[in-house]
Amino acid sequence: MIKAEWFYWLVGAIFLVMAAQMVTDRSNPKRLGTAAFWGLIGAGFVYSSWVVDHRAPAEPLGAAVLAMAALAGFGFTGRGTVRTTTGAERAASAARLGNRLFVPALTIPLVAMACAVGVKKLSIGGEPVLQKGSETILGLGIGAITALVVGMVMLREKRIATPVHAGRSMLEAMGWAMLLPQMLATLGTIFSVSGVGEEVGELTTKALPEDSLYLAVAVYCIGMFLFTVIMGNAFAAFPVMTAAVGWPVLIEQADGNAAAVLAIGMLAGFCGTLVTPMAANFNIVPAALLELKDQYGPIKAQLPTAVILLGCNIAIMSVVAF
Amino acid sequence: MLVLLGVLVVVIGFATRRNPLLVVGVAGIVTGLLGGLSPREVLAAFGDGFASSRAVTIFAITLPVIGLLERYGLQEQARSLIARFTKLTTGRFLALYLLLRQVTAALGLVSVCGPAQTVRPLVAPMAEGAAERAHGPLTDKAREKVRSFSASADNVGLFFGEDVFLAVGSILLITGFVNTTYDTHLEPLHLALWAIPTAICAFVVHGWRLLRLDRQLERELLTANATQPTATEAVK
Repeated sequence: MIKAEWFYWLVGAIFLVMAAQMVTDRSNPKRLGTAAFWGLIGAGFVYSSWVVDHRAPAEPLGAAVLAMAALAGFGFTGRGTVRTTTGAERAASAARLGNRLFVPALTIPLVAMACAVGVKKLSIGGEPVLQKGSETILGLGIGAITALVVGMVMLREKRIATPVHAGRSMLEAMGWAMLLPQMLATLGTIFSVSGVGEEVGELTTKALPEDSLYLAVAVYCIGMFLFTVIMGNAFAAFPVMTAAVGWPVLIEQADGNAAAVLAIGMLAGFCGTLVTPMAANFNIVPAALLELKDQYGPIKAQLPTAVILLGCNIAIMSVVAF
Repeated sequence: MLVLLGVLVVVIGFATRRNPLLVVGVAGIVTGLLGGLSPREVLAAFGDGFASSRAVTIFAITLPVIGLLERYGLQEQARSLIARFTKLTTGRFLALYLLLRQVTAALGLVSVCGPAQTVRPLVAPMAEGAAERAHGPLTDKAREKVRSFSASADNVGLFFGEDVFLAVGSILLITGFVNTTYDTHLEPLHLALWAIPTAICAFVVHGWRLLRLDRQLERELLTANATQPTATEAVK
């Protein structure tokens, strides 16, 4: 069985190799801090395997995470000069290779699709080939490795250092944005165990108008939206808002269609995900990947759509659920 | 009420544009301590959170091959390929990508597309290429806008497509939470069906905004590119 942990180790190993390259990169004025940041992430990826099994204490990893945040947050990380091809070289190479260049790039989605549809169902000796529940991650990982092999063969690139180096300069360009989604996931957990959810639920119940069904629908949807903006994740908002408004008022009291209320409530939360920097993996990481000067660029592009769709959700729920 | 101070830290931190890692670190420590966790438990929460959320960072595994292909001119080739399809404007191209993303997500194929695997290497350069063909060289502002909208098409397509699929996390979360908390029985199929009206609205609304992007770009670049030729004419 192919396990998700193997791919975490591989990602960890890639980060560690890149960190080793960073130590010796004299073009980076902050090479030691940068190497420490990525080295810690890489080591953390591997150590985490034992943390999720409860076979190793989580505290040292927590300390390492705070150290990573401090390294990046106080400006100890930087980037070296990128040694890559010039624009003219790229244009010449593109003209020479033509559409063949797309073959490895499309290998990633095609293999990911094959894993999600076909390989998922395969099993050898009664054991599934891909670890259950992790098929999407594994598909992406297997796709990336297959694409790398296809690409290196096609481009007659013999040194594995070349793609690692190219990937490293993308990582350095992204910098702290890379770690932010995982930090935010942690914050969400801390918010829940500290009772932020209950507080917000109580506030919402106070804001709830009496005897007006449509206002209650609006409170549920807007509450999902706002709470998702705060938590960065509709999944954290859903249990709180549903316990405060969705179930007692809309479903029990007003006798709404449960499936419609809950499904559309969740989608109102997704509108919040579109506009919050707290959903860093969707909003901040793409900005870093696309090398945008304005890290809020994607959020600005999504804001009007999110507001209109929130209105659509309120309207749809009012019409179909009652 | 005190634990809500942690939320306040986040809001102020992001509003004043402090480094997000620091903001989130401080907010986590403040909320945890106010919520009654011991310092040790706060550390453990950061450790557990990192360990259990590694899946969001696994896209890093695609960076070496994407970087390698970019060295050999992948983005340039994506630009020149799109230039051959004269009917395909930036807005129309991105609306098509939105549809593709939504349909694949609705079939459960969520990691087939994504910011690292498709938007950076293919979608954004193609959208830029289409804009360059139609309006001439892009200003920095226009380039940022095209890239931001490329990222937005990916997100909107994913969010409002995946819920139509039965086995996606959010549907399972709803049934799991409601069926255990309220002792009832909800079918994933019914939830997925009720996601369809919003999915259609999302495609119409965002698709319309993407199509409007063409006109916005035309207006912006017409003025930007018009000032340049007049300057050279004056030199003549």
